[in-house]
Amino acid sequence: MGKRSVKRLVGLFSTPIIFLSSLVYAAKMAGPEYTTPSEGWDELWRELMIDIVVIGVIFAIVTTYLLIKYRRKSPNETGSATKLKPIAAFGWVLIPVFIFMADDIYLGLENLIHWRDFRNVPQNAYTVEATGRMWGYEIKYPEGITTQNEMRVPVGRPIQVTLQSSDVIHTMFIPDYRVKWDMLPGTVHYLWFYPKEAGEHVFTCTEFCGVLHSGMYGKLIVMPVDAFNKWVDENKPKGENKPKEGGAV
Amino acid sequence: MSVRAETYTSGFSLKEWIFTTDHKRIAVLYMIGSFAAFFVAGLMAMLMRTELLTPGGTITNNPTNYNVWLYFHGAAMILGYQIPALTGYFANYYVPLMIGAKDVAFPRLNALSVWLFWMGIVLALLTFVIPDPPDIMWTGYPPYSIKTPGNTAFYTFTVLLIGFSSIAGGVNFLTTIIRMRAPGITWGKLNIFIWALMAAFVIQLIFVPILGTAVTMLSLDKYLGTNYFNAAMGGSPLIYENLFWFYSHPAVYVILLPAVGVLYEIVATFTRNRVFNYNGVVYGGIWGTVALSGVVWIHHIFVSGMPQWIIIIEVFTTLAISVPVGILLIGLVGTLWKGSIDFKTPMLYATGFLFLFLIGGLTGIPNAMSSIYIHIHGTQWIVAHFHYVMAVSVTTAIIGGTYYMWPKLTGKMYSETLGKLGFALFFTGVNLTFLPWLYLGYLGMPRRYYGYSQFPQFQPIQQFITFGSYIIFLGALVILISLIHSLIKGEKAPQNPWGSKSLEWTHTQSPPPPGNFTQPVKVDEDWDPYGYNK
Repeated sequence: MGKRSVKRLVGLFSTPIIFLSSLVYAAKMAGPEYTTPSEGWDELWRELMIDIVVIGVIFAIVTTYLLIKYRRKSPNETGSATKLKPIAAFGWVLIPVFIFMADDIYLGLENLIHWRDFRNVPQNAYTVEATGRMWGYEIKYPEGITTQNEMRVPVGRPIQVTLQSSDVIHTMFIPDYRVKWDMLPGTVHYLWFYPKEAGEHVFTCTEFCGVLHSGMYGKLIVMPVDAFNKWVDENKPKGENKPKEGGAV
Repeated sequence: MSVRAETYTSGFSLKEWIFTTDHKRIAVLYMIGSFAAFFVAGLMAMLMRTELLTPGGTITNNPTNYNVWLYFHGAAMILGYQIPALTGYFANYYVPLMIGAKDVAFPRLNALSVWLFWMGIVLALLTFVIPDPPDIMWTGYPPYSIKTPGNTAFYTFTVLLIGFSSIAGGVNFLTTIIRMRAPGITWGKLNIFIWALMAAFVIQLIFVPILGTAVTMLSLDKYLGTNYFNAAMGGSPLIYENLFWFYSHPAVYVILLPAVGVLYEIVATFTRNRVFNYNGVVYGGIWGTVALSGVVWIHHIFVSGMPQWIIIIEVFTTLAISVPVGILLIGLVGTLWKGSIDFKTPMLYATGFLFLFLIGGLTGIPNAMSSIYIHIHGTQWIVAHFHYVMAVSVTTAIIGGTYYMWPKLTGKMYSETLGKLGFALFFTGVNLTFLPWLYLGYLGMPRRYYGYSQFPQFQPIQQFITFGSYIIFLGALVILISLIHSLIKGEKAPQNPWGSKSLEWTHTQSPPPPGNFTQPVKVDEDWDPYGYNK
């Protein structure tokens, strides 16, 4: 096969990949059906599971079929496959490359949309500061309140948590909101989530941090706005009446 | 490069085994060491699974015990069992026999390799004797590994010893394969295993020094007061995470490629068939994996605070790994096509691999996607995924490969009944264990947890998984019994019990004599290790 025909083949395969993926990408950018990052995560996860189950089932069926069909029937039987012709050998590499790359690029681009949602914090977010230590979390609120292993936030508003560590690497992981980020000594990181309903959730550590690593967890309490404001009023340090910027509604 | 062919004295001589430079005996030394590591690390897994039966303390009330078991399990399974079993035990036994050489290029260096490895194993086992065992997981992330009262130096020196052993092995085997092939064995007629092993050693030679650097810096920080990873003094723990994964992701392919290579040998032999698309497998699958191996490490640290641009690039490079790995799997499945499949024990393991690796590979795709990864990072999903793709899949290759070479290695046949029983228990056990384990991770159960009182709802799944893991252990015992049974009661093995076309079966008896071949090997122009159907 000459150099030119190779080029032609590559062009032939890559054009539709790029075209199809950008089409899907544009459609996704236009109108996401979800409103919070965690709902987006669930949506993407569903798609991904369908994707890998379909690939897996096709592979498994073909494998099972071949295993049954080509059982040895007599002791002296040998296999009868012949060497592939160059064009077939080339095709058996190029076609899988085409299929896998198409799927990969599609998934990769879709991932970017969700990544953007997870990393861009909305303007009106309520911000609390979390500091990890061996073994617990200290949460500071803009009103000057400090809680240990308990994070109270108002419902219906994006919540940003800034993350720091005072000793080793920890993580804040809130499984119900599908979100986590490392707390690294020496740097400030962040995560955000959007609580749609009031309720209680767990946040916990997922970076090994010593003896009580598995005991490093806290309670996330999402409160109705009125109750939250009342809690803030009751607990904020005396003499500080003005809430800081980004404070409670 | 003259090789002195040893003669064996009749009967057992300890001196002969200690000072041996014979690759077949060194292979056995590697086998004993790596299987010992496998067995002890497996016992640790059983202790951990039992501990997790209840959310609180079950068999120990001290979490440090659990953390030390987990450290040992991870470090020993990867550094003491999988890498040495494939690049020590299998490499030593197969390479000279498959390429028609009398021994490796540097037999004394080979002996140094195996004893460095043994020192590493002994050092690792001392974990259970010293008063301050390392409890830093196999990743050893600072600052914890620097602040811990545990003895991080044991970790550093275990890694360094096994690393040096690996580098010496890499130099030795690459030289052997390049320079010592018998006349007529051209690059296009090399066994797939040999190709895969070359790729693995190239990766080792490039990346092991980086791991060595990382763990050395760790001990310098801890014991000599340097500040490479100390954020308060201008260092960064993130440097270590990068160095560590820059080696440890390629290490996955150091393990995977030779394992797949062994399975190609098994599948070709037991289907008596030509490898499907040889050139595609070698250049696209094996070397394609090597090409991508060094540019995917960021997916381990997507949520550790790396810059956006590199995350976005490596989402795509990591997804692209599916291409060469897919080609490897297609080649293996394709070899079944028009074959004549005989389901002897080694072939059963290869069959098991086809399905286990499928699950392992496909559950890796979510890990490449940074936004999905935000939830599953550090959860049991990751643990279950790499147990499917590495632990379990590669173990099918190591156990299947051991049954495959057993008649050549020992000169005895094993019992098919016991072999098949062992496989059935193993295959059932791993799926009962790791399928629910994946689900547990999806639900958000973090890894490296001694207890889970914040997640009491997971107890039933945890218990189910524990019972599944007991079945795996039972399977491992049956496998061990079948091998011992064969040594004691096995029938004498013929030269080529499988009817293979590969050199080690056609050109020498079982077991091969000192010097491997009674006369120098030379192959014809139309010879092919897979030439079943001309």
